[in-house]
Amino acid sequence: MGTKKLDRRAFLTRSGLIGCSLATSPLFAPITFASADDSVLGDNRLVVIILRGGMDGIDVVQPFGDPDFAGLRQIKGADPVGAEKGPIDLDGFFALHPALGDLMPLWRAGQLGFGHAVSTPYRDKRSHFDGQDLLEAGTVALAGASGRDGWLNRMLQEIPSIRAETAYSIGREDILLLRGQAEVANWSPNAQLNLSEQARRLTELMMAGDPLFADATAEALRLAEGGDDSMASGMGDMGGSGGMMMDMRQSMETARKNSGYRKIAEFAAEKLRDDTRVAAFSINGWDTHARQTRPLGKALKTLSETILQLQAGLGPIWGKTTVVAVTEFGRTARLNGTKGTDHGTGGAMILAGGALRGGRVVGRWPGLAEADLYQRRDLMPTRDVRANLAWIMRGLFGLPVGVLEKTVFPGLDMGTDPRLIL
Amino acid sequence: MAFDPIVAEIRFGCGLSPSVSAPVSVSQKLSLLTGPDHIAVQFPIPAFAEFHPWMVEKHELFQVRRKNRGTETAAKARKDIKLLQKHVRREQMKWLGMAMLRRTYTGDGLRERLAFFWADHFTAVGKNGLLRRATSPYVEEAIRPHLTGKFADMLVATVTQPLMLHYLDQQQSVGPNSDKAMRRRGKAGLNENLARELLELHTLGVDGPYDQQDVRQLAELLTGLTYHPRNGFTFRKDMAEPGAETVLGRAYGGAKQAQLGDVIAALHDIARHPSTAANIAQKLATHFVSDTPDAGLVADLTAVFRESEGDLLAVYRVLLEHPKAWNPAGGNVKQPVDFIGSSMRALAIEPAKIPLRDEREMRNQFVTPMVLMGQPWERPGGPDGWPEDDADWVTPQRIAARIEWAMTMPTVLRPDLPDPRDFVEVALGGAAPEVVRFAAASAETRADGIGLVLASPAFQRM
Repeated sequence: MGTKKLDRRAFLTRSGLIGCSLATSPLFAPITFASADDSVLGDNRLVVIILRGGMDGIDVVQPFGDPDFAGLRQIKGADPVGAEKGPIDLDGFFALHPALGDLMPLWRAGQLGFGHAVSTPYRDKRSHFDGQDLLEAGTVALAGASGRDGWLNRMLQEIPSIRAETAYSIGREDILLLRGQAEVANWSPNAQLNLSEQARRLTELMMAGDPLFADATAEALRLAEGGDDSMASGMGDMGGSGGMMMDMRQSMETARKNSGYRKIAEFAAEKLRDDTRVAAFSINGWDTHARQTRPLGKALKTLSETILQLQAGLGPIWGKTTVVAVTEFGRTARLNGTKGTDHGTGGAMILAGGALRGGRVVGRWPGLAEADLYQRRDLMPTRDVRANLAWIMRGLFGLPVGVLEKTVFPGLDMGTDPRLIL
Repeated sequence: MAFDPIVAEIRFGCGLSPSVSAPVSVSQKLSLLTGPDHIAVQFPIPAFAEFHPWMVEKHELFQVRRKNRGTETAAKARKDIKLLQKHVRREQMKWLGMAMLRRTYTGDGLRERLAFFWADHFTAVGKNGLLRRATSPYVEEAIRPHLTGKFADMLVATVTQPLMLHYLDQQQSVGPNSDKAMRRRGKAGLNENLARELLELHTLGVDGPYDQQDVRQLAELLTGLTYHPRNGFTFRKDMAEPGAETVLGRAYGGAKQAQLGDVIAALHDIARHPSTAANIAQKLATHFVSDTPDAGLVADLTAVFRESEGDLLAVYRVLLEHPKAWNPAGGNVKQPVDFIGSSMRALAIEPAKIPLRDEREMRNQFVTPMVLMGQPWERPGGPDGWPEDDADWVTPQRIAARIEWAMTMPTVLRPDLPDPRDFVEVALGGAAPEVVRFAAASAETRADGIGLVLASPAFQRM
């Protein structure tokens, strides 16, 4: 690759910064990045999973060694730590939620770890939506509705040689985490777009006048071409509505089969085996206000299967990979009146991968006595989750501390290095 | 800019139709809106009260099964439960078809758009069992009859609906000092989910002047609101927290036994709070006009909301009469439901062509495409509902799904497709950009020509 034109329109129009006077705007000028060589970002891989809804860190990585834990959380009849279906002792103080039991081989191999008592700088209002925006923006405070970008995109902006497929935002959502000026591929394993040559040309022509549509369509046409052949059903070639009907039916049923987290993990692994270095997607279902044993168990199973699918799909590349799962906030230290937990503050982050120095729970434990809790209700955060993320990016991609503290996570003090990457 | 019947049908209606005439003035639009709900009669969806008997039936079948474990009777009850679940699931598919047919044939498109807006504002989704199918009946009962009334009435209607109480975990929330908590010796207690979302999403907005203490106090005040599959909504005094609660500086309840009236009084106060006015004004202007609406428009909507104490009809009148609401083309991107609905309207799809009774075809033609477009029917990701930001809808994977649907589904729904050169005028009201006319005329097939018109940015914006 020689040079890569990165058009700022993609970002600016998507963030709604500019409207009709686009053509005359000085911001319209395309930026050209020089491409260094093939080893974009080096050889390491980073997968970021956003856990939407507020994962209950205290239930996932249970501080059973804390004298106040039992009083806050004990559910009558629950299996004790070490019992066959109970939480699994990790280090004598913390125990793992049994729904993540399938990950124990990774823990023993040093390929699974946790950060505990972490949080973003978000405090007090405990809104999912603002909390998620702040987690993905990576800033100290929320910016206005427009002009926001995500920290993972700002990290990519620091790499002079990124290419169209260096980073992938996967799934149906457009996640803020990867939004921004750096070019990022957005695709979903069940997306498809098959047009005749003529229809394709006319589509492009028609979209050209509307930058938002033009950019998205151009990328869709490009990514659909590189897609899985089994998904290309050759639509439009068959005459009559009967043929169209069969095509449509087959294509929709294929699309339905290709939904779900397993497919997302497979798709991510496929891309990461190739030129992609960074992938991000989200897993929902963590907002466990009532009888949380079942919904939390279900969400954790999904996460566990996703991580194992990534490991299987990546093969030898797993050794160069770090998976980070983060959430907008933790939940109340105490169970509420309906055996669930309400929105809280401090929580946990989950780390996995062959590049990880795992097998440990990282962080300073603040204690669960009432006076030690944040506002006498939530786990007190003792570390900014962004500091751990920054050290991981430094370990994987060699980014300078100054860039991480000023640009990627403005206003962050990275503190001491938890040495999370091998 | 001022009222224009074509822009009005696109921006404040369900799109242009070759067979239904458009209202010609703001007053005609509003008089239709306050008149009889003809389209709901033509394409019926049951209210929650009509849905509820299925819940009773299922509850009774569960009882039969439990009391007759291991017998033929239990086996039959189990089978009947399965059949009932399947039946209601198919009904939900049918109601999706009805919703699309309402959009296709209504002469009062603003009503459909407002029903969708408010259903989204008061998002409620069933998390298990038959309630997973209950969103349309909830909207039919709690939203649709209140579209032109006071905001407070709609707020009270939604908060007392079983689906909302279930979705935001209110039905199990118990006052920590209530009789029930005493009976259960601390094994039942508070859940603050509904209280928080009510302040953050439904009324004041996240930047509103409330704190954790208000959330907690409101959660205590809301205790007692519950439902049971057998009886529907009830206010249970034994679950309600005794004593007064102070929300936003005002005390509710107190000496006497807890009563529903205290909850309703608080909801009325919160509904007419200035922050609620500003929050609703911003949301309406964003949804109908632009992701970045004119500040003067928002200010005027806020003012009328405050002065009229949340009279929604007065708010809509200011919106429709406001010059900043009519800025020409290039408005918001249609959400998938608007995109599919307006496509069907422009094509005048015959009701008989919608496979209302064929679950599989409904999935292929509507449900799965909407999932791919990012808007799975009645399953938003959270209580904040669907995003408004155009950029959320126009991503490569989502735009691919829109183009695919536009190119393939019209033929399935209407094998005798119109001539694309005529269709471009119908769909875009004689104001089509030249490039769309050119594309429609140059396509290789009719299906491609129709698909191109529907996929055009001119059609996908409103």
